[in-house]
Parts: sequence; C-alpha cells; structure tokens
Amino acid sequence: MRTLKFLLEKEFKQIFRDKGLLPVIFIMPLIQLLIMPLAANFDIKNINLAIVDHDYSPYSKQLVAKIASSGYFRIVSYNYSFPSAVHEEIESEKADLILEFPDKFEERLIKEGMQPVYIAADAINGTKAGLGSNYLNTIIADFNSEIRLKLLSQQKLNTGIELRSSNWFNPHMNYQLYMVPGILVLLVTMVCGFIASLNIVKEKEVGTIEQINVTPVKKWEFILGKLIPFWMIGMIDFTLGLLIGRLVYGIIPVGNLFLLYAFLAVYLVALLGFGLLISTYSDTQLQAMFVAFFFIMIFMLMSGLFISVDNMPSWAKVIARMTPVTYFIDVMRMIVLKGSRFSDISLSLLKVAGFAVVLNGWAILNYRKTA
Amino acid sequence: MPQQNSDAVILNNITKTYNKLPAVTEISLSVKKGELFGLIGPDGAGKSTLFRILTTLLLADSGTATVNGLDVVKDYKEIRRCVGYMPGKFSLYQDLTIEENLNFFATLFGTTVSANYGLIKDIYEQIAPFKTRRAGKLSGGMKQKLALCCALIHRPEVLFLDEPTTGVDAVSRKEFWNMLQRLKEQGITIVVSTPYMDEADLCERIALIQSGSILSIDTPAAIKAAYPDKLYAIKSAKMHQLLKDLRAYGSCYAFGEYLHISGVSGETELLAYVKEKGYTDVVLKEITPGIEDCFIRLLQTGGAS
Repeated sequence: MRTLKFLLEKEFKQIFRDKGLLPVIFIMPLIQLLIMPLAANFDIKNINLAIVDHDYSPYSKQLVAKIASSGYFRIVSYNYSFPSAVHEEIESEKADLILEFPDKFEERLIKEGMQPVYIAADAINGTKAGLGSNYLNTIIADFNSEIRLKLLSQQKLNTGIELRSSNWFNPHMNYQLYMVPGILVLLVTMVCGFIASLNIVKEKEVGTIEQINVTPVKKWEFILGKLIPFWMIGMIDFTLGLLIGRLVYGIIPVGNLFLLYAFLAVYLVALLGFGLLISTYSDTQLQAMFVAFFFIMIFMLMSGLFISVDNMPSWAKVIARMTPVTYFIDVMRMIVLKGSRFSDISLSLLKVAGFAVVLNGWAILNYRKTA
Repeated sequence: MPQQNSDAVILNNITKTYNKLPAVTEISLSVKKGELFGLIGPDGAGKSTLFRILTTLLLADSGTATVNGLDVVKDYKEIRRCVGYMPGKFSLYQDLTIEENLNFFATLFGTTVSANYGLIKDIYEQIAPFKTRRAGKLSGGMKQKLALCCALIHRPEVLFLDEPTTGVDAVSRKEFWNMLQRLKEQGITIVVSTPYMDEADLCERIALIQSGSILSIDTPAAIKAAYPDKLYAIKSAKMHQLLKDLRAYGSCYAFGEYLHISGVSGETELLAYVKEKGYTDVVLKEITPGIEDCFIRLLQTGGAS
C-alpha cells in the first residue's frame, strides 16, 4: 500500500508539472463544451429558396408568403418562367432549393382538386436538402388543408386521421438539452482515453519503465498507480462539464446524480482499461496517439451522438454496441433528461462493467514485465 | 544457503536472437563475488542484451543464468530485490527532482533513503546541492551519479552498470571509476560494460565481446601478456601511404598518431622494408600491447583464446 501511495504521488506530481498537459486536461474540454453545442445544431435556418412561378395567381402568392413567413427560408429569387439562370443559381450554390409552380396552378387546384408542384434540391449538403424539402412539404401540406377547408366548407368534410405529436422529456425540442450531455460524455472519453493511452507508452519511450521493471513493484500496483489519477481527472472533468451544463445551458439533471456518478465511475474504469491496452501494444507515443485517435473517431461517429443508433444498418449497430461510449451517452441522456432509475440502466451498467473487466484484464495480461 | 561460496553471476550457454538476428550466441562466463568485472566490446556486441537477461528484463532463447545463485527465469522476483541496474540510457523521471527520484525508487524497493544512506553518501553528497533540481535539467555527469544512487538505494548485492561512462566527460569518467572502486570495497559485485578499451584496465577481470561472442575472458594483465608477438608503433610524414604499404607487410592499423604493426619478424626487417619503400623519416619503437591491441588481434584471429 505504501508503494501504491508513492506511485500515485509520483503520477500526480508529473501531471501537475506538465504545463502543456494540464490546460489540455482541464481547460480544453470546457471550452469545447462552450462552443460545440452552440454550433452543432441540426435545425436548419436560412435555406436559400428560388421560386419559379408560372402561374402568378393569388394562391401561389399566398403559398409563397406562407413559406417566407415560416422563418426557415430565404427567398433568393422569384421568376415567372423557368430561366436557365435558376439552374445556375443552384450550381453556384446561391440557392439550395427550387420550388416551381406550374402554369394554371390555381385553376387546376380548384377544378381538379389536386396539382403537383415541383421541388428540386441541391443534395450536396444532404442534411440541408433533406430537411429543407421536408420543411417545404410540411408547409405545403399545411397550406393544402387550409384551402381544402375553404373550398370544401360547404361539402361534408371527410373525417380523416390527424396526427398531433408532442415531444416528451424535451417538449420544446431544445437541441442543447439533447446535445450537451452527449458532448460531455465524448469530451470525458477523449481526455481520459488519450491520456491513459499515452501514459505507459511515455514511460516506455523515455525508458523509465526499464528502471521500474527491475524493482519488485507488482503489476497491479503499477497499473493501479496509473489508473487512479486518470479516473479522478475524469470525475473532475465530468463535474466541471455538468456545472457548465447547468450554468450556461440551464440543464438540470432530472434523475439521480448519484446514479449518474456511479455509472461514470464504472465507465471510466472501462475507458482507462482501453487506454492502457493501447498503451501496452504501442512502442511510441505517436503510435499510441494514432491508434487511440482511430478508435475515438469511431466512438464519436458510431456512439449515437450525431446519428441515432436505431437508424444505422444492422452491421453498424453491432459496431455501435461494441463501444462503451454508446451506452454511456444513452444512459447519460436517460438520467439527465428522463430521470431514469437504476432498473432502467442496470443492463447498460452491466455491459459497461463487462467492458471494464475485459479491457483491463487484457491490458494487465499484455503488460508483461519481462520481454 | 548452498550457493554461499559460488560465483555471483553465472551465464551458461546463453543465446538470444532478435528476429533471426543473433544478439548473443552461446555465452558462458562467471563473475566472482565482490569482483569488478568488465564487459568490453564495441556497440552492438551484445553487452546490453546480456544485462537485460541478467536483470530479468529479457528471456534468453536458450541457456541458463543465475545471479546470486538465483535463476533469472524462475526466481526473477528475488533477483529484482537484490540487484541494482543502471540502464545505458538515462531512465529516471526527468520531471521529478533528484530527491524525489531517490525517494521514489527507495520506496519501490521497500526501503528508505536514510536506511542505506551510508552506501550512497559519497556519491550523493556531490549532487546534493542540486537536490531540488529536476533530473532532466542535470548535466550528463550528474545524471550518472543520480542514476548510480538510485541503483544503489536498496543496497544491492550485485550491481549491473550498462555503459555508465558513455557520453560523460573524461573527468567525470575518472571520478565514476573511483566511485566503483569504493563500492567494490563495500563488497558489492559489480558488472560494468564499456566500449572504451582504456577503461578495461580498471576492472579486475574482463570479457572481450564482439558480435555476440566472447573473444577472451581474463584479467587485463593476463590478456595483455597473452599477446602472441611483438608490437611496434611507427610513424612517418606520409601516414596514409605508410599504412597502405605496411598492410601488405604485416597486420597494421592506425592508433592515435602512430600506426601499430605486428606479425613482423623483427625490428630490423621492418626498418629495411620501409627504407626500401622510400620512407626516410620513420620513427619506430617497440611497445607493450594495450587492451585495444589485444582486442584487434583477437578479432583477426577469431578469438582463439
């Protein structure tokens, strides 16, 4: 135990003396937490819309006015015919969408009861194109029911099913409420994953491990001496992040904080095991950095932070389930937004604990004092 | 203990290969208790590999080795308690101070600095004025002293020093060897490696190593005495041409400002040969061979000892 105490003391001394590492560990994640949620917003505003109106009727003008007042679109041009210039506008990225009203739009709409309109989207920015045409569709559908009401008011309205949805746990669809907890998980993952994977490698590279290995220090003492400091850093980083979430974004976890920290504690052990494992396989810090980077990238993109895991193809779901980050992001959102209880997250907790055992066991086996 | 009187270090037919490249082949040697033993050989001869095997950091492919009667494979835990090792590369924590490094390693060995202060006192006092300075900011000589202190802090019975004087200035080298002599007087067995042939004379016994094989093991005096024939130092204004000409005549190599030549039948014959080649200004004298001469000789004859 005395040896472990000294190992820890040494590790903390080294961390606090490293003037380059310290800000990276504590300041950088906080700055990122202040910037990323504000930027990573999927609500798309200012979609540039070019309108071609062959009809130029009151109805088409009404619809355009409705679109313009929705706040999502910026009408960049309004033409009465379809000039080639409109195509150029898309090509030069001045317009993201074209909405075309055909000739006799109003007339047919009233007479025949239906009339297609044409929407063309610049799909280079897929999200913008997809969401833009979606918004447009919704507005048109809305407009559709309005004129129906007007035209068919005398006749009997056929009773149809109307969909009304409400968003539970995040009633205003506040994007930050959803992103901040996820980003916080990712930042803690990055900081702890990187420093843990670089640490033993550093001792290898500098040669100090040679000197440690000829001492009677036990394997578990040495590895615990490495794990505990980073585990504490992870805890501190997470706490700072929660504070920012509360002070800046006004996110107050609905669920039990103790439960959240209990999960974090297990998660960090799994994550540090992952870092140590990379560490034991690499010979230089550069190698370890790139391997860790490779995995962290996968964690970022596959963990359900940006892309919902349920939307992934089945093979991708398998990968998503193989990363502990997925579970933590899930649990984090569940506890913070929904106030989930222990029984709701116990399965995830068990899986992350499994990761912790496997990764650390593997790292310890692979860290050999001889050879 | 039955091994009480046996040798401190025994290597028996040790072979180690890295990716099919042999590092050491069939090395056998023994070091007596309390001896100052030198492994002398150029870079890449396999000295560090031997150290790593003896300090239980590396497993040999074949052969056995014992330190203090303990097997390096089976009893590696006990060995780690009773040996001190100073790697060729400075391997202490550069971001910890002298004092912190020393305390840290003392703790790892389950002891304290004060318990064994007597052993390191002479050495530590030289670096004590800088004890709050970080190890990375020390000069080469001071780093070596600190590394030696850390290797000694648990009062090891056998001390392994891998090229402790490489990259250290001449004065510090001399000081370092004086320190080793004093440690030897305390009864510590010391195995030291060096690429510097002039340091060989400071050891009690030496093993000359080249390409993973031992050329010769004996006391420096005996190795020099075993030099088979006469050795001459010769010099002239046209050294380069002289070297070329003499190579056709005997075994000749440059050595400082002189050329050393051996394998000639006698001084007069040699002089006659150079006269014939047209040299008028040659200085010729017979010399006693040094370790380096013996080493070169052994290299040429393939280590017939």
